[in-house]
Amino acid sequence: MKYVLFICTPVGGEELSPAQIADDPRFTSYIDEVRSRDIVKGGARLRPSADATTVRVQGDEVLLSDGPFVESKEYVAGFDLIEVADLDEAIALASRHPAALGGGSVEVRPVWE
Amino acid sequence: MRDVEAAVAAAFREEWGQVVATLIRVTGDWDLAEECAQDAFAQALDRWRRDGVPRRPGAWLTTTARHRALDVLRREAVGAQKLREAAVLARDEGPGDPEYDGDDSGVRDDRLRLIFTCCHPALPIEARVALTLRTLAGLTTPEIARAFLVPEATMAQRLVRAKRKIRNAGIPYRVPPAHLLPERTTGVLGVVYLLFNEGYAATAGADLVRTNLCAEAVRLARVLARLMPDEPEVLGLLALLLLHDARRATRVDAAGQLVTLEDQDRTAWDKAAVDEGAALLENALRRGRPGPYQIQAAIAACHTTAATAEDTDWADIAALYGELTRFVPSAVVRLNHAVAVGMSEGPEAGLALVAELEREGELDGYHLLPATRADLLRRMGRPVEAAEAYARALELVENAAERRFLEKRLAQCRSV
Repeated sequence: MKYVLFICTPVGGEELSPAQIADDPRFTSYIDEVRSRDIVKGGARLRPSADATTVRVQGDEVLLSDGPFVESKEYVAGFDLIEVADLDEAIALASRHPAALGGGSVEVRPVWE
Repeated sequence: MRDVEAAVAAAFREEWGQVVATLIRVTGDWDLAEECAQDAFAQALDRWRRDGVPRRPGAWLTTTARHRALDVLRREAVGAQKLREAAVLARDEGPGDPEYDGDDSGVRDDRLRLIFTCCHPALPIEARVALTLRTLAGLTTPEIARAFLVPEATMAQRLVRAKRKIRNAGIPYRVPPAHLLPERTTGVLGVVYLLFNEGYAATAGADLVRTNLCAEAVRLARVLARLMPDEPEVLGLLALLLLHDARRATRVDAAGQLVTLEDQDRTAWDKAAVDEGAALLENALRRGRPGPYQIQAAIAACHTTAATAEDTDWADIAALYGELTRFVPSAVVRLNHAVAVGMSEGPEAGLALVAELEREGELDGYHLLPATRADLLRRMGRPVEAAEAYARALELVENAAERRFLEKRLAQCRSV
């Protein structure tokens, strides 16, 4: 089954760039593992939520606002698309993700297939 | 005629979970599995009247349900692979097969698989309980709704959502691998314990289904103990439930009044259940891996094996509660510890611990906190303060039997 792991980090936490992540020892073992097992089928590190713009439409009017519109303690910092046998395997992978280990969280969502 | 109905009813209690579990494995479809199981039990009523009760009712029911599933799958023209699988299973494991053994590991695994799937931590806790009752105990949706005091539509939706999540989120239908087993087993035991408590200390109402919940919980605990005979906490849970359940008949008198442990008629306790519970506990403790269920069972055993209320070893109980707080550092456990200390070292010592809990405020709104204070003060010969505390407990209590008990104590204190 395919799942998307939404990697969530606490607001005001570290905002590492993809290059910094690639060099960070907290991430390297995890990255090596998922690469060697060919589990990850896609994904991306996203720019911080400060760079986000939220679009809503009311009637004919397009409303833009700065950042995510909900106040939250965490924001989505990136996502991975993975392919594994079942939820237990997805949870096992998510529970080793450095973001989950470092005070953030990982939301596991099955892909609608 | 009556005999056949009794045989079907007994088979339903004993075999429902196993039939459903096997059918889920074969078809991968929870609704179809339940439908086919229901169909098999309906057929049993007719066929057993005509042909007599089969030697192994469980095997007969499983085979009949499988054949039904095969028919449905054929009609729906599902994938050839799935059909082949179902057909092979229907042929190989039937009651006509000399190799077939109703207790073989395949069957046992099915039931265990079902419990672990129903109690998967990715499901909300209410759904875990409801699904366990539905698929393993065969309770109907209205029965489960009544037991948990929610509207039937709410319970139906809860069950539909849970089954949908199992399918859509890819929750595996299996016993978790060894490294996950301890943490997942804790969750499964928690659900069975919750079922029992809901039946034993009903939060409100007086429904028959609630005593059935105790029986179902004991039965599920038995299944788990048979399936995991080397897990001391599993044995501990079964021991705990049996020791509590042994006293069930004496906890309320003919008028529906709550009877406290010290006033219960000990000769009316279920001696067989007490002995079985005590033996199970001993077996569990010998393994040297204590846990919260074994400790709670040991506490229950202190009560149920004492010849009279005066013989109760309160020092032992206080020590066990002290031990329990290491595993379960909750305020409720500490309140029980305070009660036991009050009994073994005197009410003053208990009151000091109660005062500590009151300062922390975590149990604000819990009627047993002022009720405990009241009882300690009553025993210290301070009826005026005791009455005040009883009155506070009465503002918070919800269960009718407990309310009447507190009212009686309050009246006693006021008449001193």
